[in-house]
Amino acid sequence: MAEAADLLQTPLFDLHNELGAKMVPFAGYQMPVQYPLGVLKEHLFTRESAGLFDVSHMGQAWLVGPDHETTARALEALVPSNMKELKPGKQRYTVLLNDYGNITDDLMVSRPLAAEDDGRLMLVVNAACKDNDYKIIAAALPDNVKLEIVEDRALLALQGPKAAEVMALHAPEAAQMGFMEARPLEFDGISVIASRSGYTGEDGYEISIPAGAAEAVAKALLADERVQAIGLGARDSLRLEAGLCLYGHDIDENTTPVEGNITFCMQKRRKEAGDFPGGARVLKQLAEGTNTIRVGLKLEGRAPAREGAEIRVPGTQEVIGRVTSGGFAPTLGAPIAMGYVPSNLAEIGTELELVVRGRALAAKVSAMPFVAQRYYRKPK
Amino acid sequence: MSTYFTKDHEWLLVEGDVATVGITDFAQSQLGDVVYVELPESGKNVAQNDEVAVVESVKAASEVYAPVDGEIVEGNELLVDEPAKVNEEPEGAAWFFKIKLGNTTQLEELMSEADYKAFVETL
Repeated sequence: MAEAADLLQTPLFDLHNELGAKMVPFAGYQMPVQYPLGVLKEHLFTRESAGLFDVSHMGQAWLVGPDHETTARALEALVPSNMKELKPGKQRYTVLLNDYGNITDDLMVSRPLAAEDDGRLMLVVNAACKDNDYKIIAAALPDNVKLEIVEDRALLALQGPKAAEVMALHAPEAAQMGFMEARPLEFDGISVIASRSGYTGEDGYEISIPAGAAEAVAKALLADERVQAIGLGARDSLRLEAGLCLYGHDIDENTTPVEGNITFCMQKRRKEAGDFPGGARVLKQLAEGTNTIRVGLKLEGRAPAREGAEIRVPGTQEVIGRVTSGGFAPTLGAPIAMGYVPSNLAEIGTELELVVRGRALAAKVSAMPFVAQRYYRKPK
Repeated sequence: MSTYFTKDHEWLLVEGDVATVGITDFAQSQLGDVVYVELPESGKNVAQNDEVAVVESVKAASEVYAPVDGEIVEGNELLVDEPAKVNEEPEGAAWFFKIKLGNTTQLEELMSEADYKAFVETL
Protein backbone atom coordinates (compact mmCIF):
# COMPACT_ATOMS: atom_id res chain seq x y z
CA MET A 1 0.00 0.00 0.00
CA ALA A 2 1.25 3.47 -0.82
CA GLU A 3 2.53 5.61 2.02
CA ALA A 4 0.36 8.60 2.83
CA ALA A 5 3.28 10.89 2.01
CA ASP A 6 3.30 9.68 -1.61
CA LEU A 7 -0.39 10.28 -2.04
CA LEU A 8 -1.97 13.41 -3.43
CA GLN A 9 -4.59 15.39 -1.57
CA THR A 10 -7.64 17.11 -2.98
CA PRO A 11 -8.44 20.72 -1.98
CA LEU A 12 -10.96 19.27 0.51
CA PHE A 13 -8.45 17.09 2.38
CA ASP A 14 -8.62 19.14 5.59
CA LEU A 15 -12.41 19.23 5.46
CA HIS A 16 -12.58 15.43 5.14
CA ASN A 17 -10.48 15.07 8.27
CA GLU A 18 -12.54 17.68 10.07
CA LEU A 19 -15.66 15.68 9.18
CA GLY A 20 -14.11 12.50 10.59
CA ALA A 21 -13.70 10.69 7.28
CA LYS A 22 -11.90 7.40 7.03
CA MET A 23 -9.26 8.13 4.39
CA VAL A 24 -7.94 5.48 2.01
CA PRO A 25 -5.52 5.49 -0.93
CA PHE A 26 -7.42 5.61 -4.21
CA ALA A 27 -5.93 6.24 -7.66
CA GLY A 28 -2.93 7.98 -6.10
CA TYR A 29 -5.00 10.21 -3.82
CA GLN A 30 -6.01 10.11 -0.20
CA MET A 31 -9.78 9.92 -0.47
CA PRO A 32 -12.67 9.56 1.99
CA VAL A 33 -14.13 6.05 1.75
CA GLN A 34 -16.74 6.87 4.38
CA TYR A 35 -17.67 9.39 7.04
CA PRO A 36 -18.96 8.64 10.55
CA LEU A 37 -22.46 8.06 9.12
CA GLY A 38 -21.20 4.86 7.45
CA VAL A 39 -21.60 3.47 3.93
CA LEU A 40 -25.12 2.12 4.36
CA LYS A 41 -26.64 5.29 5.81
CA GLU A 42 -24.66 7.49 3.43
CA HIS A 43 -26.09 5.51 0.53
CA LEU A 44 -29.68 5.73 1.77
CA PHE A 45 -29.31 9.41 2.66
CA THR A 46 -28.26 10.19 -0.91
CA ARG A 47 -31.33 8.37 -2.27
CA GLU A 48 -33.62 10.22 0.16
CA SER A 49 -32.09 13.68 0.35
CA ALA A 50 -28.74 14.83 -1.09
CA GLY A 51 -25.14 13.65 -0.83
CA LEU A 52 -22.01 15.72 -1.41
CA PHE A 53 -19.07 13.85 -2.98
CA ASP A 54 -15.51 15.07 -3.44
CA VAL A 55 -14.48 13.82 -6.87
CA SER A 56 -11.57 16.23 -7.28
CA HIS A 57 -9.27 13.30 -8.00
CA MET A 58 -10.87 12.99 -11.41
CA GLY A 59 -9.12 14.63 -14.31
CA GLN A 60 -10.44 17.90 -15.71
CA ALA A 61 -9.11 19.18 -19.00
CA TRP A 62 -10.00 21.41 -21.91
CA LEU A 63 -9.65 20.77 -25.59
CA VAL A 64 -9.08 24.14 -27.22
CA GLY A 65 -9.32 24.70 -30.96
CA PRO A 66 -10.22 27.49 -33.36
CA ASP A 67 -13.90 26.56 -33.64
CA HIS A 68 -16.30 23.87 -32.43
CA GLU A 69 -16.17 21.78 -35.58
CA THR A 70 -12.36 21.56 -35.56
CA THR A 71 -12.21 20.60 -31.86
CA ALA A 72 -15.13 18.18 -32.14
CA ARG A 73 -13.57 16.45 -35.15
CA ALA A 74 -10.29 16.10 -33.28
CA LEU A 75 -12.05 14.39 -30.38
CA GLU A 76 -14.19 12.28 -32.69
CA ALA A 77 -10.98 10.70 -33.99
CA LEU A 78 -10.64 9.03 -30.56
CA VAL A 79 -14.25 8.35 -29.51
CA PRO A 80 -17.34 6.80 -31.15
CA SER A 81 -19.77 9.58 -30.13
CA ASN A 82 -21.10 12.50 -32.14
CA MET A 83 -19.27 15.52 -30.82
CA LYS A 84 -19.85 17.72 -33.86
CA GLU A 85 -23.59 18.01 -33.21
CA LEU A 86 -23.19 18.42 -29.45
CA LYS A 87 -25.06 21.66 -28.78
CA PRO A 88 -23.70 24.56 -26.71
CA GLY A 89 -24.41 23.94 -23.03
CA LYS A 90 -24.82 20.17 -23.48
CA GLN A 91 -22.85 17.28 -22.04
CA ARG A 92 -22.31 13.79 -23.40
CA TYR A 93 -20.89 10.49 -22.09
CA THR A 94 -18.30 8.82 -24.29
CA VAL A 95 -15.37 6.40 -24.32
CA LEU A 96 -11.80 6.58 -25.55
CA LEU A 97 -11.13 3.62 -27.83
CA ASN A 98 -7.88 1.96 -28.81
CA ASP A 99 -7.16 0.51 -32.25
CA TYR A 100 -9.06 -2.68 -31.39
CA GLY A 101 -12.17 -0.73 -30.44
CA ASN A 102 -11.51 -1.58 -26.79
CA ILE A 103 -12.15 1.00 -24.10
CA THR A 104 -9.19 2.95 -22.69
CA ASP A 105 -11.36 5.11 -20.45
CA ASP A 106 -14.85 6.56 -20.17
CA LEU A 107 -15.39 10.28 -19.85
CA MET A 108 -17.83 13.16 -19.87
CA VAL A 109 -17.54 15.89 -22.49
CA SER A 110 -19.32 19.22 -22.32
CA ARG A 111 -19.55 22.09 -24.74
CA PRO A 112 -19.63 25.52 -23.13
CA LEU A 113 -22.74 27.64 -23.50
CA ALA A 114 -21.12 30.96 -24.37
CA ALA A 115 -20.39 31.89 -27.98
CA GLU A 116 -16.95 33.25 -27.00
CA ASP A 117 -16.02 29.74 -25.81
CA ASP A 118 -16.66 28.25 -29.25
CA GLY A 119 -13.97 25.69 -29.99
CA ARG A 120 -13.62 24.57 -26.35
CA LEU A 121 -14.71 21.20 -24.94
CA MET A 122 -14.43 20.30 -21.28
CA LEU A 123 -13.40 16.73 -20.42
CA VAL A 124 -13.78 14.87 -17.13
CA VAL A 125 -11.85 11.59 -17.05
CA ASN A 126 -11.16 8.87 -14.48
CA ALA A 127 -8.48 9.58 -11.88
CA ALA A 128 -6.64 6.30 -12.41
CA CYS A 129 -6.58 6.81 -16.19
CA LYS A 130 -5.91 10.50 -16.53
CA ASP A 131 -2.18 10.49 -17.24
CA ASN A 132 -2.58 7.85 -19.92
CA ASP A 133 -5.65 9.58 -21.39
CA TYR A 134 -3.83 12.89 -21.65
CA LYS A 135 -0.89 11.23 -23.39
CA ILE A 136 -3.17 9.55 -25.92
CA ILE A 137 -5.27 12.64 -26.53
CA ALA A 138 -2.32 15.03 -26.83
CA ALA A 139 -0.57 12.71 -29.28
CA ALA A 140 -3.63 12.47 -31.52
CA LEU A 141 -4.55 16.15 -31.73
CA PRO A 142 -3.93 18.23 -34.85
CA ASP A 143 -1.63 21.25 -34.45
CA ASN A 144 -4.50 23.71 -34.10
CA VAL A 145 -6.16 21.91 -31.17
CA LYS A 146 -4.50 21.89 -27.76
CA LEU A 147 -5.08 19.89 -24.60
CA GLU A 148 -5.08 22.10 -21.49
CA ILE A 149 -4.91 20.05 -18.31
CA VAL A 150 -6.69 21.71 -15.41
CA GLU A 151 -4.78 21.26 -12.16
CA ASP A 152 -6.23 24.10 -10.09
CA ARG A 153 -9.88 23.14 -9.80
CA ALA A 154 -11.83 20.87 -7.50
CA LEU A 155 -14.82 18.81 -8.58
CA LEU A 156 -17.77 18.21 -6.27
CA ALA A 157 -20.92 16.22 -6.94
CA LEU A 158 -24.21 17.03 -5.26
CA GLN A 159 -26.56 14.12 -5.83
CA GLY A 160 -30.05 13.18 -4.71
CA PRO A 161 -33.71 14.18 -4.93
CA LYS A 162 -33.11 17.34 -2.86
CA ALA A 163 -29.94 18.38 -4.71
CA ALA A 164 -31.79 20.81 -6.98
CA GLU A 165 -33.62 22.68 -4.23
CA VAL A 166 -30.44 23.05 -2.18
CA MET A 167 -28.36 24.10 -5.20
CA ALA A 168 -30.96 26.72 -6.18
CA LEU A 169 -30.46 28.53 -2.86
CA HIS A 170 -26.84 29.28 -3.83
CA ALA A 171 -27.09 29.37 -7.61
CA PRO A 172 -30.69 30.08 -8.71
CA GLU A 173 -29.96 29.51 -12.40
CA ALA A 174 -29.07 25.87 -11.67
CA ALA A 175 -32.79 25.15 -11.41
CA GLN A 176 -33.29 25.83 -15.11
CA MET A 177 -30.72 23.27 -16.21
CA GLY A 178 -31.91 19.95 -17.66
CA PHE A 179 -30.18 16.57 -17.37
CA MET A 180 -26.84 16.55 -19.20
CA GLU A 181 -26.68 20.33 -19.52
CA ALA A 182 -23.62 22.30 -18.48
CA ARG A 183 -23.08 26.00 -17.85
CA PRO A 184 -21.15 28.51 -15.76
CA LEU A 185 -22.90 29.59 -12.57
CA GLU A 186 -22.33 32.04 -9.76
CA PHE A 187 -22.47 30.00 -6.54
CA ASP A 188 -22.72 32.49 -3.67
CA GLY A 189 -20.67 34.79 -5.87
CA ILE A 190 -18.05 32.14 -6.73
CA SER A 191 -17.68 31.38 -10.46
CA VAL A 192 -18.17 27.65 -11.03
CA ILE A 193 -18.99 25.39 -13.96
CA ALA A 194 -21.83 22.99 -13.28
CA SER A 195 -23.35 20.11 -15.17
CA ARG A 196 -26.63 18.48 -14.26
CA SER A 197 -25.36 14.92 -14.19
CA GLY A 198 -23.61 12.48 -11.88
CA TYR A 199 -22.86 8.88 -11.04
CA THR A 200 -25.63 7.82 -8.69
CA GLY A 201 -28.73 7.59 -10.89
CA GLU A 202 -30.18 10.56 -9.02
CA ASP A 203 -30.83 14.11 -10.11
CA GLY A 204 -27.90 16.34 -9.21
CA TYR A 205 -24.91 18.35 -10.29
CA GLU A 206 -21.20 18.07 -10.76
CA ILE A 207 -19.55 21.37 -9.92
CA SER A 208 -16.08 22.42 -11.06
CA ILE A 209 -14.71 25.00 -8.65
CA PRO A 210 -11.43 26.96 -8.36
CA ALA A 211 -9.42 24.97 -5.80
CA GLY A 212 -9.21 27.86 -3.34
CA ALA A 213 -13.00 28.23 -3.22
CA ALA A 214 -13.86 24.52 -3.02
CA GLU A 215 -14.03 24.35 0.75
CA ALA A 216 -16.34 27.37 0.89
CA VAL A 217 -18.72 25.74 -1.60
CA ALA A 218 -18.60 22.40 0.22
CA LYS A 219 -19.23 24.02 3.60
CA ALA A 220 -22.11 26.10 2.24
CA LEU A 221 -23.77 22.93 0.95
CA LEU A 222 -23.01 20.87 4.07
CA ALA A 223 -24.50 23.59 6.28
CA ASP A 224 -27.88 22.55 4.86
CA GLU A 225 -29.43 19.71 6.85
CA ARG A 226 -30.60 18.15 3.59
CA VAL A 227 -26.94 17.50 2.64
CA GLN A 228 -24.39 15.04 4.06
CA ALA A 229 -20.83 14.29 2.96
CA ILE A 230 -20.68 10.91 1.22
CA GLY A 231 -17.60 8.75 0.67
CA LEU A 232 -16.35 6.52 -2.12
CA GLY A 233 -17.91 3.44 -0.52
CA ALA A 234 -21.45 4.69 -1.04
CA ARG A 235 -20.51 6.20 -4.38
CA ASP A 236 -19.71 2.67 -5.56
CA SER A 237 -22.92 1.07 -4.26
CA LEU A 238 -24.99 3.95 -5.67
CA ARG A 239 -23.53 3.67 -9.14
CA LEU A 240 -23.89 -0.12 -9.11
CA GLU A 241 -27.60 0.19 -8.32
CA ALA A 242 -27.86 2.72 -11.16
CA GLY A 243 -26.31 0.15 -13.52
CA LEU A 244 -23.39 2.46 -14.31
CA CYS A 245 -20.01 1.01 -15.29
CA LEU A 246 -16.88 1.46 -13.21
CA TYR A 247 -13.92 1.74 -15.55
CA GLY A 248 -11.25 -0.90 -14.94
CA HIS A 249 -13.89 -3.30 -13.64
CA ASP A 250 -17.05 -3.39 -15.77
CA ILE A 251 -15.41 -2.03 -18.88
CA ASP A 252 -11.71 -1.99 -19.68
CA GLU A 253 -9.12 -2.52 -22.38
CA ASN A 254 -10.54 -5.98 -23.08
CA THR A 255 -14.05 -4.79 -23.85
CA THR A 256 -15.66 -2.80 -26.64
CA PRO A 257 -18.70 -0.54 -26.19
CA VAL A 258 -20.82 -3.34 -27.71
CA GLU A 259 -19.58 -5.98 -25.26
CA GLY A 260 -19.86 -3.43 -22.45
CA ASN A 261 -23.49 -2.81 -23.47
CA ILE A 262 -22.99 0.95 -23.62
CA THR A 263 -23.75 1.53 -27.29
CA PHE A 264 -26.01 4.40 -26.21
CA CYS A 265 -22.84 6.47 -26.28
CA MET A 266 -22.59 5.92 -30.05
CA GLN A 267 -24.84 8.17 -32.09
CA LYS A 268 -26.23 7.26 -35.51
CA ARG A 269 -23.72 9.04 -37.74
CA ARG A 270 -20.76 7.42 -35.97
CA LYS A 271 -22.36 3.97 -35.88
CA GLU A 272 -22.96 4.11 -39.62
CA ALA A 273 -19.52 5.44 -40.53
CA GLY A 274 -17.38 3.51 -38.04
CA ASP A 275 -14.83 6.31 -38.37
CA PHE A 276 -13.19 5.83 -34.97
CA PRO A 277 -10.41 3.60 -33.61
CA GLY A 278 -11.34 -0.06 -34.00
CA GLY A 279 -14.36 1.05 -36.03
CA ALA A 280 -14.43 -1.97 -38.36
CA ARG A 281 -14.47 -4.40 -35.42
CA VAL A 282 -17.09 -2.45 -33.51
CA LEU A 283 -19.33 -2.17 -36.59
CA LYS A 284 -19.04 -5.92 -37.14
CA GLN A 285 -20.07 -6.51 -33.52
CA LEU A 286 -23.02 -4.16 -33.90
CA ALA A 287 -24.19 -6.10 -36.94
CA GLU A 288 -23.46 -9.64 -35.80
CA GLY A 289 -23.46 -9.43 -32.02
CA THR A 290 -20.66 -10.34 -29.65
CA ASN A 291 -19.58 -13.55 -27.93
CA THR A 292 -20.06 -12.02 -24.51
CA ILE A 293 -21.96 -9.05 -23.13
CA ARG A 294 -22.28 -7.19 -19.82
CA VAL A 295 -25.51 -7.95 -17.94
CA GLY A 296 -27.07 -7.16 -14.60
CA LEU A 297 -27.53 -9.99 -12.09
CA LYS A 298 -29.90 -10.27 -9.15
CA LEU A 299 -29.09 -12.91 -6.55
CA GLU A 300 -31.48 -14.90 -4.43
CA GLY A 301 -30.86 -14.74 -0.69
CA ARG A 302 -28.69 -12.16 1.03
CA ALA A 303 -25.11 -13.25 0.28
CA PRO A 304 -23.35 -10.84 -2.09
CA ALA A 305 -21.16 -12.06 -4.96
CA ARG A 306 -18.10 -9.87 -5.37
CA GLU A 307 -15.89 -8.98 -8.33
CA GLY A 308 -14.24 -12.08 -9.74
CA ALA A 309 -16.96 -14.55 -8.72
CA GLU A 310 -17.49 -17.25 -11.35
CA ILE A 311 -20.74 -17.37 -13.30
CA ARG A 312 -22.07 -20.83 -14.25
CA VAL A 313 -25.10 -22.36 -15.90
CA PRO A 314 -27.07 -24.19 -13.20
CA GLY A 315 -26.36 -27.90 -13.17
CA THR A 316 -23.02 -27.54 -14.92
CA GLN A 317 -19.53 -26.86 -13.60
CA GLU A 318 -18.56 -24.81 -16.63
CA VAL A 319 -17.50 -21.24 -15.92
CA ILE A 320 -19.15 -19.04 -18.54
CA GLY A 321 -18.25 -15.65 -17.14
CA ARG A 322 -17.26 -13.60 -14.14
CA VAL A 323 -18.74 -10.91 -11.96
CA THR A 324 -17.10 -7.53 -12.64
CA SER A 325 -18.85 -5.58 -9.85
CA GLY A 326 -20.99 -6.94 -7.10
CA GLY A 327 -22.23 -6.13 -3.67
CA PHE A 328 -25.17 -5.44 -1.47
CA ALA A 329 -27.69 -2.93 -2.79
CA PRO A 330 -28.84 -0.89 0.22
CA THR A 331 -31.87 0.54 -1.59
CA LEU A 332 -33.10 -2.95 -2.50
CA GLY A 333 -31.89 -4.71 0.64
CA ALA A 334 -30.53 -7.43 -1.63
CA PRO A 335 -27.32 -8.38 -3.42
CA ILE A 336 -26.78 -7.33 -7.05
CA ALA A 337 -23.95 -7.68 -9.54
CA MET A 338 -22.79 -7.03 -13.07
CA GLY A 339 -20.80 -9.44 -15.15
CA TYR A 340 -20.07 -10.77 -18.59
CA VAL A 341 -21.94 -13.79 -19.97
CA PRO A 342 -22.24 -15.38 -23.41
CA SER A 343 -24.70 -13.34 -25.46
CA ASN A 344 -27.08 -16.30 -25.82
CA LEU A 345 -27.45 -16.33 -22.01
CA ALA A 346 -28.00 -12.59 -21.66
CA GLU A 347 -31.76 -12.51 -21.90
CA ILE A 348 -33.55 -10.96 -18.90
CA GLY A 349 -34.66 -13.71 -16.52
CA THR A 350 -32.03 -16.27 -17.56
CA GLU A 351 -31.20 -18.42 -14.55
CA LEU A 352 -27.52 -18.60 -13.69
CA GLU A 353 -25.44 -19.32 -10.63
CA LEU A 354 -22.65 -17.34 -9.04
CA VAL A 355 -19.97 -19.18 -7.12
CA VAL A 356 -19.14 -17.67 -3.73
CA ARG A 357 -16.72 -19.50 -1.41
CA GLY A 358 -17.34 -22.72 -3.33
CA ARG A 359 -21.11 -22.48 -3.06
CA ALA A 360 -23.41 -21.83 -6.00
CA LEU A 361 -25.84 -18.97 -5.41
CA ALA A 362 -28.92 -18.72 -7.62
CA ALA A 363 -29.08 -15.56 -9.74
CA LYS A 364 -31.08 -14.20 -12.64
CA VAL A 365 -30.12 -11.87 -15.44
CA SER A 366 -31.79 -8.59 -14.56
CA ALA A 367 -32.62 -5.39 -16.37
CA MET A 368 -30.51 -2.38 -15.41
CA PRO A 369 -30.67 0.06 -13.75
CA PHE A 370 -31.51 -1.98 -10.65
CA VAL A 371 -32.92 1.16 -9.04
CA ALA A 372 -34.87 3.55 -11.30
CA GLN A 373 -32.88 6.58 -12.41
CA ARG A 374 -34.42 9.91 -11.43
CA TYR A 375 -32.70 12.36 -13.73
CA TYR A 376 -34.31 15.75 -14.21
CA ARG A 377 -35.88 16.23 -17.65
CA LYS A 378 -36.92 19.74 -18.49
CA PRO A 379 -40.56 20.17 -19.47
CA LYS A 380 -40.83 20.67 -23.23
CA MET B 1 -16.49 -17.97 33.18
CA SER B 2 -13.75 -15.97 31.48
CA THR B 3 -13.29 -13.95 28.31
CA TYR B 4 -10.42 -14.26 25.85
CA PHE B 5 -9.45 -12.31 22.73
CA THR B 6 -7.55 -13.10 19.52
CA LYS B 7 -5.36 -11.07 17.19
CA ASP B 8 -8.05 -11.63 14.54
CA HIS B 9 -10.36 -9.50 16.69
CA GLU B 10 -12.57 -12.25 18.03
CA TRP B 11 -13.76 -12.70 21.59
CA LEU B 12 -14.51 -15.99 23.37
CA LEU B 13 -16.66 -16.30 26.44
CA VAL B 14 -15.85 -19.66 28.01
CA GLU B 15 -18.46 -21.37 30.16
CA GLY B 16 -17.60 -24.92 31.11
CA ASP B 17 -16.33 -26.66 27.95
CA VAL B 18 -18.19 -24.38 25.51
CA ALA B 19 -16.99 -21.03 24.18
CA THR B 20 -19.30 -18.41 22.66
CA VAL B 21 -17.41 -16.60 19.88
CA GLY B 22 -18.01 -13.23 18.27
CA ILE B 23 -16.12 -10.32 16.74
CA THR B 24 -14.98 -7.37 18.82
CA ASP B 25 -16.36 -3.85 18.81
CA PHE B 26 -13.11 -2.74 17.17
CA ALA B 27 -13.65 -5.32 14.39
CA GLN B 28 -17.20 -4.18 13.65
CA SER B 29 -16.11 -0.54 13.58
CA GLN B 30 -13.47 -1.41 11.00
CA LEU B 31 -15.89 -3.45 8.88
CA GLY B 32 -18.65 -0.88 8.75
CA ASP B 33 -22.29 -1.74 8.16
CA VAL B 34 -22.72 -5.51 8.16
CA VAL B 35 -25.20 -6.74 5.55
CA TYR B 36 -24.65 -10.50 5.58
CA VAL B 37 -23.31 -13.16 7.91
CA GLU B 38 -22.55 -16.76 6.97
CA LEU B 39 -22.45 -19.17 9.91
CA PRO B 40 -20.89 -22.61 10.35
CA GLU B 41 -23.11 -25.69 10.55
CA SER B 42 -23.68 -27.33 13.91
CA GLY B 43 -21.73 -30.53 14.43
CA LYS B 44 -18.85 -29.42 12.23
CA ASN B 45 -15.38 -30.16 13.59
CA VAL B 46 -12.95 -27.32 13.04
CA ALA B 47 -9.29 -26.66 13.73
CA GLN B 48 -7.82 -23.46 15.11
CA ASN B 49 -7.50 -20.78 12.38
CA ASP B 50 -9.93 -22.52 10.00
CA GLU B 51 -12.27 -20.10 8.25
CA VAL B 52 -15.61 -20.87 9.84
CA ALA B 53 -17.80 -17.84 9.26
CA VAL B 54 -18.00 -14.86 6.93
CA VAL B 55 -19.11 -11.34 7.66
CA GLU B 56 -19.84 -8.96 4.81
CA SER B 57 -20.19 -5.21 4.82
CA VAL B 58 -21.54 -3.21 1.87
CA LYS B 59 -18.02 -3.06 0.48
CA ALA B 60 -16.21 -6.28 1.35
CA ALA B 61 -16.24 -9.79 2.79
CA SER B 62 -14.11 -10.82 5.80
CA GLU B 63 -13.50 -14.24 7.28
CA VAL B 64 -14.02 -15.22 10.87
CA TYR B 65 -11.57 -17.88 12.05
CA ALA B 66 -11.97 -20.63 14.61
CA PRO B 67 -10.02 -19.32 17.62
CA VAL B 68 -9.55 -22.87 18.94
CA ASP B 69 -10.03 -26.49 17.87
CA GLY B 70 -13.47 -27.90 18.54
CA GLU B 71 -16.94 -28.82 17.41
CA ILE B 72 -19.44 -26.16 16.37
CA VAL B 73 -22.42 -26.48 18.68
CA GLU B 74 -24.61 -23.67 17.38
CA GLY B 75 -24.65 -20.69 15.00
CA ASN B 76 -26.50 -17.51 15.95
CA GLU B 77 -29.53 -17.56 13.66
CA LEU B 78 -30.40 -14.01 14.75
CA LEU B 79 -27.58 -12.75 12.50
CA VAL B 80 -29.06 -14.38 9.40
CA ASP B 81 -32.13 -12.16 9.62
CA GLU B 82 -30.54 -9.17 11.33
CA PRO B 83 -26.90 -8.89 10.29
CA ALA B 84 -26.85 -5.24 11.43
CA LYS B 85 -26.90 -6.57 15.02
CA VAL B 86 -23.18 -7.16 14.55
CA ASN B 87 -22.68 -3.39 14.50
CA GLU B 88 -25.07 -2.77 17.39
CA GLU B 89 -24.14 -5.48 19.89
CA PRO B 90 -20.92 -7.11 18.67
CA GLU B 91 -19.85 -8.30 22.11
CA GLY B 92 -23.32 -9.36 23.23
CA ALA B 93 -26.41 -10.51 21.32
CA ALA B 94 -24.49 -10.66 18.02
CA TRP B 95 -22.26 -13.62 18.91
CA PHE B 96 -21.44 -15.76 15.86
CA PHE B 97 -21.20 -19.35 17.08
CA LYS B 98 -20.67 -21.62 20.06
CA ILE B 99 -17.85 -24.11 19.95
CA LYS B 100 -17.18 -27.12 22.21
CA LEU B 101 -13.52 -26.81 23.18
CA GLY B 102 -11.34 -29.56 21.74
CA ASN B 103 -8.09 -28.42 23.32
CA THR B 104 -8.35 -26.17 26.37
CA THR B 105 -4.59 -25.54 26.45
CA GLN B 106 -5.08 -23.30 23.36
CA LEU B 107 -6.88 -20.81 25.59
CA GLU B 108 -3.60 -20.06 27.33
CA GLU B 109 -2.21 -18.54 24.10
CA LEU B 110 -5.10 -16.08 23.77
CA MET B 111 -5.20 -12.54 25.12
CA SER B 112 -6.94 -11.13 28.14
CA GLU B 113 -9.18 -8.09 27.68
CA ALA B 114 -6.41 -5.80 28.93
CA ASP B 115 -3.87 -7.36 26.56
CA TYR B 116 -6.30 -7.05 23.65
CA LYS B 117 -6.93 -3.37 24.40
CA ALA B 118 -3.18 -2.79 24.42
CA PHE B 119 -2.90 -4.72 21.14
CA VAL B 120 -5.57 -2.57 19.45
CA GLU B 121 -3.72 0.55 20.60
CA THR B 122 -0.71 -0.56 18.55
CA LEU B 123 -2.75 -0.82 15.29
